[in-house]
Amino acid sequence: MPVICKEEKRRLMALVTGELDHHGARAVMEELDRRIDETQPQELTVDLGGLTFTDSSGIAVLLRAHRRMGQVQGAMRVVRTPDQAGKVFQAAGLERIIRFE
Amino acid sequence: MRIENQVTLEFPSRSANEGFARTAAACFAAQLDPTLEEVNDIKTAVSEAVTNAIVHAYPDTLGKIVLKLRIREDHSLEIIVKDWGVGIADVEQARTPLFTTGNEERSGMGFTIMESFMDALKVRSAPGKGVTVTMARRIARRAGR
Repeated sequence: MPVICKEEKRRLMALVTGELDHHGARAVMEELDRRIDETQPQELTVDLGGLTFTDSSGIAVLLRAHRRMGQVQGAMRVVRTPDQAGKVFQAAGLERIIRFE
Repeated sequence: MRIENQVTLEFPSRSANEGFARTAAACFAAQLDPTLEEVNDIKTAVSEAVTNAIVHAYPDTLGKIVLKLRIREDHSLEIIVKDWGVGIADVEQARTPLFTTGNEERSGMGFTIMESFMDALKVRSAPGKGVTVTMARRIARRAGR
């Protein structure tokens, strides 16, 4: 699984590693969905520090997690975005919707 | 324009080939001595074009996808991704940001990314006639080479 989740006091941390493309996106989405449903977190932090590649599939994963967090009235932030992923997200204007730190 | 080197790869529309196709493109492009950012731009655009073909061209079956890479005399890389699938009725609409007929794993930003990462993008298609995406990216010549 290219995503590892940790939860503490209703704060969910998701560490995404390796290459995230269409081939692997569904597994990451399903794992995030499951963990958000289970823990109903106040805050989700998506840590992209170990992400070596992504394309628009990464956008779809983040938008879905963002929508899920809205449904449970939690906040979401994305940290340690690598340059390659940042360029993809910027081309899509994702920073207007999602908080990057 | 004169072609200095080229390679043609053919593979079935399995999603495992998304990673193969972009990695192969990056290896071939290495001859142009690109920067890390230029390699990543090429990988990203190839990933989008090949993923579109894998997701959309052959809805209920596996079909053929061809990736052609050409190094041109002006120090640019031409990338052609071709399928023989269902085709696109309205190419303009398909290129619109956020438009998608795919499932939730597609954001509708594929063509937007290809456009912003490449210097040129051409999409040719008609219903039942497959899709040909042609992209080009010039690689800067660096001092000392």
